[in-house]
Amino acid sequence: MRIALVATCLGDAMFPQAPRATVELLERLGHEVVFPAEQTCCGQAHVNTGYLDMALPLVRHHVDVFTGAADVVVAPSGSCVGCVRHQHAMVARRGGDEGLARAAEDLAGRTYELSELLVDVLGVTDVGAYYPHRVTYHPTCHSLRMLRVGDKPLRLLRAVRGLTLTELPDAEVCCGFGGTFAVKNAETSTAMLADKMANVLSTHAEVCTAGDTSCLMHIGGGLSRLRSGVRTVHLAEILASTEDAPRVPDAIMSEAR
Amino acid sequence: MVGAHPGRLVSAREEVLARLRAARDAGGATSPDVPREYRRTGSHPPGSAAAVARLDETLTDYRATVHRVADEDGVSAVIARVLEDAGATTFVAPPGLPARWLAEVTARVRPDAPPLPVAELDRVDAVVTGAAVAIADTGTFVLDARAPDQGRRAITLVPDHHVCVLRADAVVSSVPEALARLDPDGPLTFVSGPSATSDIELDRVEGVHGPRRLDVVLVGPR
Amino acid sequence: MTTTDLGMPTVASDPHGHLRGTETFPVAAHRALADTQLRQNLGHATRTIRAKRAAVVGEVDDWEELRRAGECLKADVMARLPELLEQLEASVTARGGVVHWARDAQEANRIVVDLVRQTGADEVVKVKSMATQETGLNEALGEAGIAALETDLAELIVQLSDDRPSHFLVPAIHRNRSEIRDIFLREMPDVDPDLTDEPRKLAMAARAHLRRKFLSATVGISGVNFAVADSGTISVVESEGNGRMCLTLPDTLITVMGVEKIVPTWSDLEVFLQLLPRSSTGERMNPYTSTWSGVTPGDGPQTFHLVLLDNGRSNVLASPDGRQALHCIRCSACLNVCPVYERAGGHAYGSIYPGPIGAVLSPQLTGISGPDDVNASLPYASSLCGACFDACPVRIDIPHLLVQQRAAAIDAHTRPTAQDVAMRAAAAAMATPGRFSLAERVVKLGRLLGRSGRIRSVPGPGAAAWFGARDMPPPPAETFREWWARTRGGS
Ligand code: SF4
Repeated sequence: MRIALVATCLGDAMFPQAPRATVELLERLGHEVVFPAEQTCCGQAHVNTGYLDMALPLVRHHVDVFTGAADVVVAPSGSCVGCVRHQHAMVARRGGDEGLARAAEDLAGRTYELSELLVDVLGVTDVGAYYPHRVTYHPTCHSLRMLRVGDKPLRLLRAVRGLTLTELPDAEVCCGFGGTFAVKNAETSTAMLADKMANVLSTHAEVCTAGDTSCLMHIGGGLSRLRSGVRTVHLAEILASTEDAPRVPDAIMSEAR
Repeated sequence: MVGAHPGRLVSAREEVLARLRAARDAGGATSPDVPREYRRTGSHPPGSAAAVARLDETLTDYRATVHRVADEDGVSAVIARVLEDAGATTFVAPPGLPARWLAEVTARVRPDAPPLPVAELDRVDAVVTGAAVAIADTGTFVLDARAPDQGRRAITLVPDHHVCVLRADAVVSSVPEALARLDPDGPLTFVSGPSATSDIELDRVEGVHGPRRLDVVLVGPR
Repeated sequence: MTTTDLGMPTVASDPHGHLRGTETFPVAAHRALADTQLRQNLGHATRTIRAKRAAVVGEVDDWEELRRAGECLKADVMARLPELLEQLEASVTARGGVVHWARDAQEANRIVVDLVRQTGADEVVKVKSMATQETGLNEALGEAGIAALETDLAELIVQLSDDRPSHFLVPAIHRNRSEIRDIFLREMPDVDPDLTDEPRKLAMAARAHLRRKFLSATVGISGVNFAVADSGTISVVESEGNGRMCLTLPDTLITVMGVEKIVPTWSDLEVFLQLLPRSSTGERMNPYTSTWSGVTPGDGPQTFHLVLLDNGRSNVLASPDGRQALHCIRCSACLNVCPVYERAGGHAYGSIYPGPIGAVLSPQLTGISGPDDVNASLPYASSLCGACFDACPVRIDIPHLLVQQRAAAIDAHTRPTAQDVAMRAAAAAMATPGRFSLAERVVKLGRLLGRSGRIRSVPGPGAAAWFGARDMPPPPAETFREWWARTRGGS
């Protein structure tokens, strides 16, 4: 299948491990990945901060770039897919552009978060990965409650050879990121982060994984500040790791970049 | 309310309604169809042994004491015993309480006819009533103030001990079935267990302003 | 209008009543987050209620169908609100009640004060009601020399300690049992000096304290949970029996309701009487629900007044999406599941309506007056985690409304803020691929900051907030698009 990749602005500029791993994984599974180079950002930060008018050109740009790029579109980010699926058309309609709203809805119907693409569209749960580490999974809010990915990421992780999955207590509670929330209400955000980190640490996992780079940046930023020794790794990186080409837990916060 | 706001010419009624009409039109005046896909009949038929058994469980769960009797002949003995156990020497009865329910009761009955003053109600030990309907799913019975065996609201509120007789034919499974049997005109009181509060650390504790002791006599074959 | 709007209104001068605090959410939350006792109390109470709710909701196999019915019933009510109110007015009047209309909080208070005065009473008993908390009725009665006695246990605790409510259902959720005991020992004249902090003993103390008041009260004041338009039936849902006391024993009953608390028919209650108790106290059914219609000869108050309150609700109704906030049945489930509420507590929201629903309702009721309006900070008091929507028994899309109210807050900017400027620059860069790559190269300069492997701080607004508790890695040596160009030939 020909699949267009949304690298996400954060993935492109700051955390390229996740989109790279997504490309390698999908190619390994025999699919063709295209990267429309004009892509920039889905506009999520603008939308969720309330800059709906400013987000309109970003939505238009995203729709222009990805309509026609491939049959399906994937992003290794629950929140970006959430924005595409639940907010793009709203932003377009608010801006009075019904044509764009329809195009955005059409594109949203073909845009998937990574675990959805693998399980629902490509029909695989065992991607042949190998990752001999103790891992705990944080189901990020947008994956869980906006996209309703359910246990798909866990099914993918359970099929990874060598991986020990440990259950995260209070997994479904937000880590406190919330985009500009972490800055505008930094203290409340920190209080939430503290509880998330305590739960991660209680699992004695080496690695905390998730489907959203942004939440991992937040949790990883906190764990790094505590010098906890726990790494944060995107789900795509775990799934891209094989016996032939094992990936060390190249953590989002590690210096080996 | 003309003049409530000095200088305003229209009444509050007219102004509020005008604002609401304008706002409703601006925000949309189309009513959606209401999907009624939830269950409107319960899991057990009304009056069935299964419904009564579930009611027994849910009442008990919220700290009502349930007494089962096979038929109405057994009611008065249970009421007599319950009042005696509670040390109740006086009780109020609504004007239409079936006399046979009290045949063996030795405590002194205070008929609420003419209506007893509140101070009197505060001095009696208990109240005995029937009920209009009971809901097995939730452990609830409903008192209809206009029903002769249930009486005005104050008599089931002020005394500290309520004994309620429920016939099996008054028992339904679900909330929708119960509401369908009730008349919205009269004062109704839905009672689910003795008075309680969750106001201290959100844990339920029984016994605040309403009757602190609740006995339910469930009449019907098992 | 007798007051003038001086930019930042104080609570007393605000015709809206208690819908606005005096400081922004982050400022108020700063204090709350540092209050370890408060944090423990809230954490314990919300954990308890979340578990109870989950258990009783799990028992109901048609819960989702009930939620959908509740959602659509409320949407139907909004589409017909003026007509339903006129119908309610006619039904209540036909059954011997008197209906009053109030444009705002001040007017509602004036109506109630006048009605109480007419009875000659100098004391009233009250059932907990959000509407009268919203209007600040107790203060208005107090100024008129009428003592308003709160009878709900938690409300009594708040009143005795001269505190503010912090939750819909349990206004004293921020207090634990030993604090409550101390308040009772201090403020209740006849209390047993050996009172322990056993919840049952505390409940008994409240009973003893209020008993005589109930039995002698001549005027009762209540709110409304649901008002049935076609039958004129009013319902009040409660636990302790204090509601029954106030609704039954006095000669006069005055009930204040927000105009949105209406349902079309009696049978519609079959939906809400299932949704509310399970979502609220986590019970299959609350101990007592009272319903009445007008006046019943020989039973209960023989004079009944119903005050219908707008106080900004028409503003909310005018917004096609925003009006969902009026669907709220005040169950408080969204508060109990909200990670922000759980940590910052109800007082941080300033308005009498806290939590996720408060964050979208308060700014709509008052309108956002400008960039300095403290209510403009409320929609940002959320990480948009969505837990509130899942818990809401009437499916209010609170996350969407939060985004909408953020947009409204930005629309109220009378001059561009630093954030506006930054977001505009970012949007300009992101709408143009060439400029985006340039921006990425600028980001890469950040590697200079991270030579130790992690960045512990950077200059600039907002950065201090992040780096207070979090590191950031240095930007990567190679962006994704550079990697793609290198390995995949830039296709
Ligand atoms: S918004 Fe929904 S969950 Fe929150 S209090 Fe209102 S009805 Fe309950």
